Amino acid sequence: MSDKSADAPEQNGETSANETAYWSQNIRLLCTLMAIWFVVSFGAGILFRDFLDQFAIGGYPLGFWFAQQGSIYVFILLIIFYSVRMKRIERQHDLDD
Amino acid sequence: MATQTLIYLFVGLSFALYIGIAIASRAGSTSEFYVAGGGVNPVVNGMATAADWMSAASFISMAGIIAFAGYDGSVYLMGWTGGYVLLALLLAPYLRKFGQYTVPDFIGTRYYSKAARVVAVICLIFISFTYIAGQMRGVGIVFSRFLDVPINLGVIIGMAIVFVYAVLGGMKGVTYTQVAQYCVLIFAYMVPAFFISFLITGNPVPQLGLGSTVNDGSGLYVLQKLDLVLQDMGFAAYTSGEKSMIDVFCITLALMVGTAGLPHVIVRFFTVPKASDARKSAGWALVFIALLYTTAPAVGAFARLNFIDSVNNVEYSEAPAWFKNWESNDLIAWRDKNGDGRMQLGKGDAFAGAPEFAGRTGTSGERVVSNEARDDNSNEVYVDRDIMVLANPEIANLPGWVIALVAAGGLAAALSTAAGLLLVISSSISHDLLKSTFRPNITEKGELRAARLAATAAIVVAGYLGIYPPGWVAQVVAFAFGLAAASLFPAIFMGIFSKRMNREGAIAGMVTGLSFTFLYIGWFKLWAPDSNIAANWLFGISPEGIGVIGMLLNFAVAITVAKFTAAPPKEIGWLVDKIRVPRA
Repeated sequence: MSDKSADAPEQNGETSANETAYWSQNIRLLCTLMAIWFVVSFGAGILFRDFLDQFAIGGYPLGFWFAQQGSIYVFILLIIFYSVRMKRIERQHDLDD
Repeated sequence: MATQTLIYLFVGLSFALYIGIAIASRAGSTSEFYVAGGGVNPVVNGMATAADWMSAASFISMAGIIAFAGYDGSVYLMGWTGGYVLLALLLAPYLRKFGQYTVPDFIGTRYYSKAARVVAVICLIFISFTYIAGQMRGVGIVFSRFLDVPINLGVIIGMAIVFVYAVLGGMKGVTYTQVAQYCVLIFAYMVPAFFISFLITGNPVPQLGLGSTVNDGSGLYVLQKLDLVLQDMGFAAYTSGEKSMIDVFCITLALMVGTAGLPHVIVRFFTVPKASDARKSAGWALVFIALLYTTAPAVGAFARLNFIDSVNNVEYSEAPAWFKNWESNDLIAWRDKNGDGRMQLGKGDAFAGAPEFAGRTGTSGERVVSNEARDDNSNEVYVDRDIMVLANPEIANLPGWVIALVAAGGLAAALSTAAGLLLVISSSISHDLLKSTFRPNITEKGELRAARLAATAAIVVAGYLGIYPPGWVAQVVAFAFGLAAASLFPAIFMGIFSKRMNREGAIAGMVTGLSFTFLYIGWFKLWAPDSNIAANWLFGISPEGIGVIGMLLNFAVAITVAKFTAAPPKEIGWLVDKIRVPRA
């Protein structure tokens, strides 16, 4: 894939096919991760909290745990995952920095 | 050693450290002043971002708010951390690739418009000054309670310290001082939390302690016991909360998006070498922030339990020393409604508003308040929530050096945020208003001098706000997040993800989002505070959460206007292509 980066956009004013492919891969990844972001905080911590509160982690009702602990841990994992995966996608397209 | 001596020692040493670092890392060029030369290691920047971000509100107030709000306090925990996901995934790497000095830089260039840049500068200055006034109040509280210094002198000392490292060092000095401040503040937050968690549950890790059983032989979990005790006293259960779901939802979202749109946070990601470092750095920042944010709910819950245990139904003459200390600082007051000489806690206000002391003592020796009575409930104790973290070590009988540590930590949190804010204010004036708009011919030296002058002026204004806090300050913290969410975030986001978004759309969107949010918050908080009840709110959304509607309006107006106006010039398409790709 690396040969495609030769036609840089500055030369013809168009976005190269390689860059377009890279960008749509990025957008797909973003959509997935933002969905998880929404589900753990707004879903588990707020909208479905009452339902989840019937389960427990130790002394934490589950919905309460997501709202005050769990969502934050998942946020960290999301950023780490994105950071690692993006690096790989950028290398595939030979667009990394 | 006496606690007071220890406090002077800890605070003095930490100040000496900050100034030492500042002198060692002076800024010599505008690039060093604005973005620390763009060469900060992502882990170091993550730590600096955490200190920059965690203000007096996070360190001093948040656990206290959670202690009294229970589940409802979750809006701050999720709201002030979830924004980092938005930053890392949607904004930071692209803004770093864009590679300029300020947020208005991006908006002005991407929307090929000086007007857009000036609108962004106005948003930025308003957001930052609102925020900084709160920091100064934090500095004042810590100084007056712990150092026996009058509040005004405390604010002046704080300003002098910030002056040295922000004006001399610029972003470079601020970055390395913030790293030191993070270490001080996190240590100061965690040590008492470990102690208290161990005392109450036998498990020293607060995140686990909050999910464990209480150490009193009852076999109840901490949260169970808290629910029972509070319901007994007529409060709602700790784990259930009282805000409506839509309000919790909107406040959380407004805080998240607002966080991602705060200029002093965004600008920290301009200081790392590469776009991929910006992502990494946001991850590190959240790790460092999460350490405090996952501890805070435990500290809040333990503090509430301890507070009830040591105050409820206790005779005033036997009240613990910290109770009387904070009473003499005006932050606690007791009105013996039933005349039994004991302090009863309960739901409702002990009296109307903040205590105004009459200057005499009552039959039990308490300071008498002259406030209008509130006799429709049995609560007799007024307590300012801000004292929970500061008083926690005393409430739990921890040794003097822990109390000294907390004083130094509170100051570190307030000063690091104040410095970050001063810096974005000064660079938006010297760089965006002078260099890029009104005085394009200014030399690099002149610009650097202007930046230092602007920082000095901003410090003087911030100090003035700290010494003469206008009544509206505490009322309008919601402004900072609401306005950032409704104005800057959508403009930046669309600038990256939509090539079609043009000058007309972006400006119309920002102006709409800004004015709507400003008027809504202003109406309920400043002009008609009596009408600030759920029945009057739009869709039941409080002023704290209204930034979400402002943001949606911004998007809707911007997209509609852009549809009916000319597409942006070709060069803008190339610019967007360039910032989307990490490779230079």
